[in-house]
Amino acid sequence: MANIWVFAETVDGTPTPVVLELLTKARSLGEVTAVALGPSASKSVQTLGKYGAKKVYVHEDPAFRDVLATPAVDLLSSLIQKDQPDLVLFGMTYDGRDVASRLSARLSTALIANASDVVSKDGGWAIVTPVFGGTLLVTTVPRAKAPTLVLIRPKAVAAEPAASATTPQVETLTDPVATDKPVARVLRREKEKASGPKLEDAAIIVSGGRGLGAPENFKMLDELAAELGAAVGASRAVVDAGWKPYSFQIGQTGKTVKPAVYIAIGISGAMQHTVGMKGAKTIIAINKDPEAPIFKLADLGVIGDVHKIVPQLIQEVRSRKSK
Amino acid sequence: MNVLVCVKQIPDPNVPGKLDPETKRLVRDGVDVVLDPGDEHAVEAALQVIEKNGGEATIISMGPPRAMEAIRRALAMGGHRGILITDPGLENSDALSTARAIAAAIKGQTYDLIICGTESTDGSSGAVPAQLAELLGLPLLSFAKKLEIMEGKAQIDRQTDDGYDVVEAPLPAIVTVTGGINEARYPALRGIMQAKNKEVKQVGLNDLGLDGQVGKNALTEEVVEIKSAEARKAGEVVEDKGEGAKRVADFLAELKVI
Repeated sequence: MANIWVFAETVDGTPTPVVLELLTKARSLGEVTAVALGPSASKSVQTLGKYGAKKVYVHEDPAFRDVLATPAVDLLSSLIQKDQPDLVLFGMTYDGRDVASRLSARLSTALIANASDVVSKDGGWAIVTPVFGGTLLVTTVPRAKAPTLVLIRPKAVAAEPAASATTPQVETLTDPVATDKPVARVLRREKEKASGPKLEDAAIIVSGGRGLGAPENFKMLDELAAELGAAVGASRAVVDAGWKPYSFQIGQTGKTVKPAVYIAIGISGAMQHTVGMKGAKTIIAINKDPEAPIFKLADLGVIGDVHKIVPQLIQEVRSRKSK
Repeated sequence: MNVLVCVKQIPDPNVPGKLDPETKRLVRDGVDVVLDPGDEHAVEAALQVIEKNGGEATIISMGPPRAMEAIRRALAMGGHRGILITDPGLENSDALSTARAIAAAIKGQTYDLIICGTESTDGSSGAVPAQLAELLGLPLLSFAKKLEIMEGKAQIDRQTDDGYDVVEAPLPAIVTVTGGINEARYPALRGIMQAKNKEVKQVGLNDLGLDGQVGKNALTEEVVEIKSAEARKAGEVVEDKGEGAKRVADFLAELKVI
């Protein structure tokens, strides 16, 4: 049976959502080992087991939390040389990407980024990557020695607990973390304030783009979102322009979301954006440009002036709710 | 302060890209190419560092001979000199080959800072900067939305899902910058004229000393199939004649959202 590893990012001992997705995929491919690093990582063992990990490597040194990539790469490369897994899955996250990329250079292995699926094929692996905003699916096979490193986009796989949860075998590591090399060290963490539901978890998202014309026009989106109990998102164009913080960004370089309803307001639908939201169950688009590519995806598209339609929509929603 | 900026020439991102079904590569012939807009922010970040701390910026790129245009564009913005890695033997290089070629091309030269975009707009894997950091044994400050240089070290605001982390590393270091870090300047006419006379060194496979480690003979992966994804079907599109908002509200009611 193939030996599949999952790089299990944890925050205060809780696996991040993408880790559960990776485990779900991993257990369909072989026997799963998770590697959980950082303070309180041992607290994640039960959840990792519930989603299919048979073995968990734990190392709780604070360096895994406070130093970018390099301590994880050092540890993973020595564990990989010892156990020789066939495949290592990472989430396409800030840290996952740094760790997997460095590791691929250290081990001279194949690294496939932005993947949406991995299947076993002819005794090896075939990795599917959506390109051009998800309009094309590219299948790649590794040509280098094992392990193959794959970065999987968040929400590409639906997380499901294993049918029979087992308590994983835990191997707690205490190898000293090298401190003699120059490293990138986290000095402090800042959270940006956000109201309403988190984008990643929201059932409804109201998202704005350049078509809003000016940053202050986002206020009407906040208002609409509040009426609908929705989260507010943004396109890359408005984030790059500084209208909204990056944490609002949906798309290739931002978040991937799969809400029940996605309302795109003044968003043209560049591929860089649509790759992050085309998994929404229902898409509604409002845009003044009839040629906007977003209308090719939308279940309902309204061609018109967002500055007129959105305030009217807020009124409509309010009056219907009060009935 | 000696700064190296890694840039890539890509097909114009405003024109939908195509893959050649035979070669399974991006169609490059007859497609307008531009300096990756993400890399313009990297060049801008380098120029701002130099304006504050003194020094010079070297622009490096790997690609076909016409990638020279992307280097010239970065030089027109204010870069001082360029290095173009180009060789038929480097065609079809994957990310690791690219990182190896860049590392080999700058061997023996010292840079205090190497700046890259977080990822190319066409390939989007974002692997090269971290691979380069690994090959050079340097710390990587990734996803910077703010960069400051202080005595012997670099400090960034590193993008996170819900805010940012303040991260620092001693120099030399590699930094990747997000699009939000700055507003990239447009080259002035004077800059464009000056760029024509700036030195751009061409480096080929023979100069790199990487026999068998780069190009199509060193591929770590291979594309075996390309197919169209199941497309979402376009639904109803209506023009707003005063009833648009009502139509959306009706639809939300059908969906039981309101």
